[in-house]
Amino acid sequence: MTTANPILEVQDLHVSIDEQEILRGVNLTVRPGEIHAIMGPNGSGKSTLANTLAGRPEYTVTGGKAIYNGMNLLDMEPEDRARAGMFLAFQYPVELPGVRAWQFLKAAIDAKRVHHGDEEMGARDFDRLLRAKVAEVEIDPELVRRSVNEGFSGGEKKRNEVLQMALLEPTLSLLDETDSGLDIDALRIVADGVNRLRRPDNAAVVVTHYQRILNYITPDRVHILLDGRIVHSGGPELAEQLEAQGYDWVREESAAAAAG
Amino acid sequence: MTTTQGQRVISRDTTPEELNSDYKWGFTIDIEEEAFPKGLSEDVVRLISAKKHEPEWMLDWRLRAFRFWTRQNYSEPTWANIEHPPIDFQDIHYYAAPKSAGDGPQSIDDVDPEVLEAFSKLGIPLEEQARLAGVAVDAVLDSVSVATTYQEQLEKAGVIFCSMSDAVQNHPELVQKYLGSVVPYADNFYATLNSAVFSDGSFAYIPPGVRCPIELMTYFRINQADSGQFERTLIVADEGSYVSYLEGCTAPMRKTNQLHAAVVELVAMEGAEIKYSTLQNWYPGDKNGEGGVYNFVTKRGKCAGADSKISWTQVETGSAITWKYPSVILQGDNSVGEFYSVALVNNWQQADTGTKMIHMGKNTRSTIVAKGISAGQGQQTYRGLVKINPTANGAKNFTQCDSLLVGDKCGAHTVPYIEVKNPTAQLEHEATTSKVSDDQLFYLQQRGIGVEDAHFMIINGFCRGIFQELPFEFAMEASQLLKVSLEGTVG
Ligand SMILES: Nc1ncnc2c1ncn2[C@@H]1O[C@H](COP(=O)(O)OP(=O)(O)O)[C@@H](O)[C@H]1O
Ligand SMILES: [Mg+2]
Repeated sequence: MTTANPILEVQDLHVSIDEQEILRGVNLTVRPGEIHAIMGPNGSGKSTLANTLAGRPEYTVTGGKAIYNGMNLLDMEPEDRARAGMFLAFQYPVELPGVRAWQFLKAAIDAKRVHHGDEEMGARDFDRLLRAKVAEVEIDPELVRRSVNEGFSGGEKKRNEVLQMALLEPTLSLLDETDSGLDIDALRIVADGVNRLRRPDNAAVVVTHYQRILNYITPDRVHILLDGRIVHSGGPELAEQLEAQGYDWVREESAAAAAG
Repeated sequence: MTTTQGQRVISRDTTPEELNSDYKWGFTIDIEEEAFPKGLSEDVVRLISAKKHEPEWMLDWRLRAFRFWTRQNYSEPTWANIEHPPIDFQDIHYYAAPKSAGDGPQSIDDVDPEVLEAFSKLGIPLEEQARLAGVAVDAVLDSVSVATTYQEQLEKAGVIFCSMSDAVQNHPELVQKYLGSVVPYADNFYATLNSAVFSDGSFAYIPPGVRCPIELMTYFRINQADSGQFERTLIVADEGSYVSYLEGCTAPMRKTNQLHAAVVELVAMEGAEIKYSTLQNWYPGDKNGEGGVYNFVTKRGKCAGADSKISWTQVETGSAITWKYPSVILQGDNSVGEFYSVALVNNWQQADTGTKMIHMGKNTRSTIVAKGISAGQGQQTYRGLVKINPTANGAKNFTQCDSLLVGDKCGAHTVPYIEVKNPTAQLEHEATTSKVSDDQLFYLQQRGIGVEDAHFMIINGFCRGIFQELPFEFAMEASQLLKVSLEGTVG
């Protein structure tokens, strides 16, 4: 079996916010069909990594490379990354007062279609698609009649992210703690959402603080991010070890490595 | 037939022959220049009235206004939060000879492509584009028959709808009774000026119990692309009647005259309802703040009878300076006043706008929802007054003022005045100021939506409550209008 070209290849990525270095040389290779989990304590840089890949302007890349499907990701505008199939499920989804969810979701779909030279989707086709996805992710249909995320509970916002992911069928999904603050039912829905999308030609990176969601999603690789570096990578068993032992052993190991 | 200020205006009883003839005006350009020099004097007021063959009472009213105006020493009010060089009121033509058909563009090919481009962006049909652009009328004669169809419908219902000049001739008793009954000629500097020299405008009367069969906008837009500099509108809804009126040309007309001082008066009798919607997109000046219209307007409605309702909805994106406060006098018991507004300023535009709700009758209710969007170096002020008179037992007002800032060089100011002279009144006031946030933009971009579209989406969302108040087809147009007004500024 030959290894397919990676969907995402991150090499020695350095990222600063307000002149403070947050990511200090991250390496990560994600191939088609794979699901990667990135775990790490609060403040270790997980969101920084996910948002940098999505192109959030406040994050300054000071070194390294990120190649997405052969394209230099760091040269692309955030909307072009999205149109090329990259999706970020936000840790803190944003409220858009007065913006109808329907209109927003359709605009997102159409932006991608037009980018690929297709026509905008007809309103009726879109309605049908939306209804199916709403049922699939078990979101309250009432929510898509309201303004985007406005007045949604934390859990509803997370589900809404999963709905968007299901609609857009990304090539690379980045989920930033989509599991945090969810009850077990909602957790299952998020996991189902990821598993359902799983195909040989796409991939997902699941950023999480807890091992819990990995009971439902079996990752191919698990990485531990600590102080802006991936200090440990392994199979699904690594997540279990973290759950059992916490992060202390990782810290010690990395301190020892640093001491040489 | 009436024409004003270089744009041809066809009134309801224009005949095809008239459209092609000039004889009626009886004077040439040379004579006009001699007879109507720049500046304002009693003679000019008399000449305007004479040209319109007005009855004595109309001239008297104009003269009273003129004399009152002169007593104000030609100095305009300075309290508004706007800045402009002093206006030389003696450097303005107060009567422009109607242009002949031959002066306008002869076909749509002669029209400034930029203007047409603006029309198509707004989704205005081609035939209407030609008319709005002032293409010589014989080139678009078909539309006259469209107008005639509307006129037949109105006549059947007993609705009077005509130019103000025609109304003075044909319905003097109504004009005399109601003109100045809501905005007296002594009301304010610009209203006084308008009363002395008003060029033309629209008049509508809806008889008791009649629901006006068409939205008067349809007719209006076809017929009055430009009613001139000193426009005067009067709408009277008699008992139990209903009318929806849309004013405004949505195209960015390059008006040659900078100063526009219009007056609109609405009268709603018992149980009547008037819905007055405005889309205003006059020339705002260029990116450097050169040129543009000064839009100093007085708009006021009177809920004269019990259970009546007047509702103002406005989307203001044009003009270099906007100064207007569409207001409602709630005289009848249980009457309702509403004001829904979106005002957008971009580049160097300034707007000082808001409303006045004057509660006099018992259980009168008013709602104010004002949304201000400031972009570029635009400055805008919401200025509103809610006044509860001692007689207004059980009066209620709800006010919501929201400002949205796009960028960091613009400004938004809120100046709410509240005067309560009756202890039973209930008032609620909410105000917010927000920015189009980077987080919102990034969220939309991450969904593949470009920066400019992301801005429009957020701004449209902000305006949603107001657009819902507009007649359906104009809600679409209003949203397009915002887009056109912001194009090239954001992103
Ligand atoms: N916008 C920001 N401004 C300043 N510091 C930030 C910002 N975002 C994150 N940081 C800092 O960067 C570090 C990593 O944060 P983050 O990537 O959010 O971690 P995680 O997602 O792993 O909890 C933290 O020390 C955090 O305080
Ligand atoms: Mg985080």
